[in-house]
Amino acid sequence: MSIDGGGLLLQAPAHYKFDDDVPMVVVTQRTAADELYRAGARAAGAITLGLMGLIGFFLLYRSREAFSSAGWRFFTEQRWSPPNAFGIAALLVGTIVIAVVALVVAFPIAAGTALYITEYAPLRVRRPLTSLVDLLAAIPSLIYGIWGAAVLSGRVANVSRFFADHFSWVRLPALQLSFWHWYRPFQTVSNAGFTASSMLAGIVVALMVLPICTAIMREVFSQAPQGERESALALGGTRWGVIRDVVLPFGKGGMIGGAMLGLGRALGETIAVAIIISPKFDIHSLLQPLQTGGNSIAAHIALRWPEQSAGGVPTSSLMAAGLVLFVMTLAVNMVASLVVARSRSGSATEI
Amino acid sequence: MTLVSDAASHAAPTNDAISRASTLTAQGVSAWFGSHKVLERVSLDMLANQVTALIGPSGCGKSTFLRILNRMHELVPSARLAGNIALDGQDIYRSAAPVTEIRRRIGMVFQKPNPFPAMSVAENVVSGLKLCGMKVERSHKDELVETCLQKAGLWNEVKNRLDANGGALSGGQQQRLCIARSLAVRPDVLLMDEPCSALDPTSTHRIEETIAELRDDVTIVIVTHNMQQAQRVSHYCAFFLAAENEPGRIVEAGTTDKIFSEPDDPRTLDYVRGRFG
Repeated sequence: MSIDGGGLLLQAPAHYKFDDDVPMVVVTQRTAADELYRAGARAAGAITLGLMGLIGFFLLYRSREAFSSAGWRFFTEQRWSPPNAFGIAALLVGTIVIAVVALVVAFPIAAGTALYITEYAPLRVRRPLTSLVDLLAAIPSLIYGIWGAAVLSGRVANVSRFFADHFSWVRLPALQLSFWHWYRPFQTVSNAGFTASSMLAGIVVALMVLPICTAIMREVFSQAPQGERESALALGGTRWGVIRDVVLPFGKGGMIGGAMLGLGRALGETIAVAIIISPKFDIHSLLQPLQTGGNSIAAHIALRWPEQSAGGVPTSSLMAAGLVLFVMTLAVNMVASLVVARSRSGSATEI
Repeated sequence: MTLVSDAASHAAPTNDAISRASTLTAQGVSAWFGSHKVLERVSLDMLANQVTALIGPSGCGKSTFLRILNRMHELVPSARLAGNIALDGQDIYRSAAPVTEIRRRIGMVFQKPNPFPAMSVAENVVSGLKLCGMKVERSHKDELVETCLQKAGLWNEVKNRLDANGGALSGGQQQRLCIARSLAVRPDVLLMDEPCSALDPTSTHRIEETIAELRDDVTIVIVTHNMQQAQRVSHYCAFFLAAENEPGRIVEAGTTDKIFSEPDDPRTLDYVRGRFG
């Protein structure tokens, strides 16, 4: 029984008895080049993970002053006037409202665009269209911000007014302070304006998350198995029939995942939101996205950073806000990639 | 080129039942992928309620020809074609021909079984109805599911698990499920592209039985690489061959008996005796 010169175990080692029917140990010796490449790749991976951990640790470390000052009230307090009373509650609600508006606007547009590109567009426009959509991601967010504030603002105000006039009756069940309430998203108070609203910010953010949502949905749709597409067509199906019975069921997970990756981006969008909204800190009012005023954690930090460079609790409180945003986007992105990954392996049934 | 109808005087099985199936006629069919010609002037009659087998070595254009018969060929972006295909005398490539209706009437079973994975066995069977816009009452649906699964020879194996996922069946069962699915939209012609090549002998045998039973309802055109299978299931055979760097042509077509026992062309004899290809 011996090991050959290359290090590949061809025979069972001496201590193995052949009547032992147990799995044997197979040792493969790697070449130097392989080792080197392995070490390099591993180091690169470790650096990325390490950086992530370091950022999280840094935020946690720097925010401890704020947390010890505010305690659990940090999560329930709406106002933001450190060092006395400050909390994330209103900012969190504002962030989510803008992200939800963005998603509601972006999801159907992204799904439609992705379906058009993969299912309907002639081959020669497919590629240019794809790059055009991807190019949207290359526009700096600042440009989106100033365009939104200068050009889109007045037009969206009209849309908002229309919604307020005709859809104020829309109501959704909502849990508020441990009992059920009706939430009327389009309701407004009489003297409210319609500019600089969460609606406007949401629409602008929607344009910014559109490329990533579209890219992921396009990717998933194009993976819908050719065999199933053809059998649907061979049964007398129309293109829409193929989409309904093959492409959409296949791409369901990817659509959800793509939307959530977009959501992760929408939550963290900073400068465009900072330019557009006029900050407010009242949850009740923040929940009315049509009305003037809005807020988001990222925009808030950006706006407050210059004046809080003195240190102490005010600076630490911004770190704490950053930590909340960090954890939230991380969670959303992780769930999203999980959903996307599961959908690909799950629905791509290879027979 | 021999038209099959010319050879019909040979001992072809007759069909006494009132025919619902249709005759498919191909005349001078050529096909290209880009500028590459893969099929040249193929003419063939595929008679109602008969099984026509397309045989020949790989790459001779059999599958392309089959896909031309129900307008699946044109789905490949660079694909082009010439010639005339008529279903009961009506050109299926005429302008303004209702392509989805044509594909419903000329069904297709593919090489790889591909039931819709998100649907149950029963849903798979009736999936074509929704796809081609046929309205069937709910009460008739169960009946249709049973009839089609019976015809496809699958009913006894799946009658207790109609709600199971279509993908959970074995390969042979999946292929018969696909046949049942094709039958549910009441096609006149059923095209089969090597339906057994991915299956084990038992499943293959089962599908061959199914083909024999289906003949009463539909005209069948089957591509197969298995000479025994062609001999067992078909009444007519067309032998395709492509010389090197040339498009595929039909060398000879006739009754299966003739093709396998006394073909006119020596190349046909060589092929069916397994001497090349």
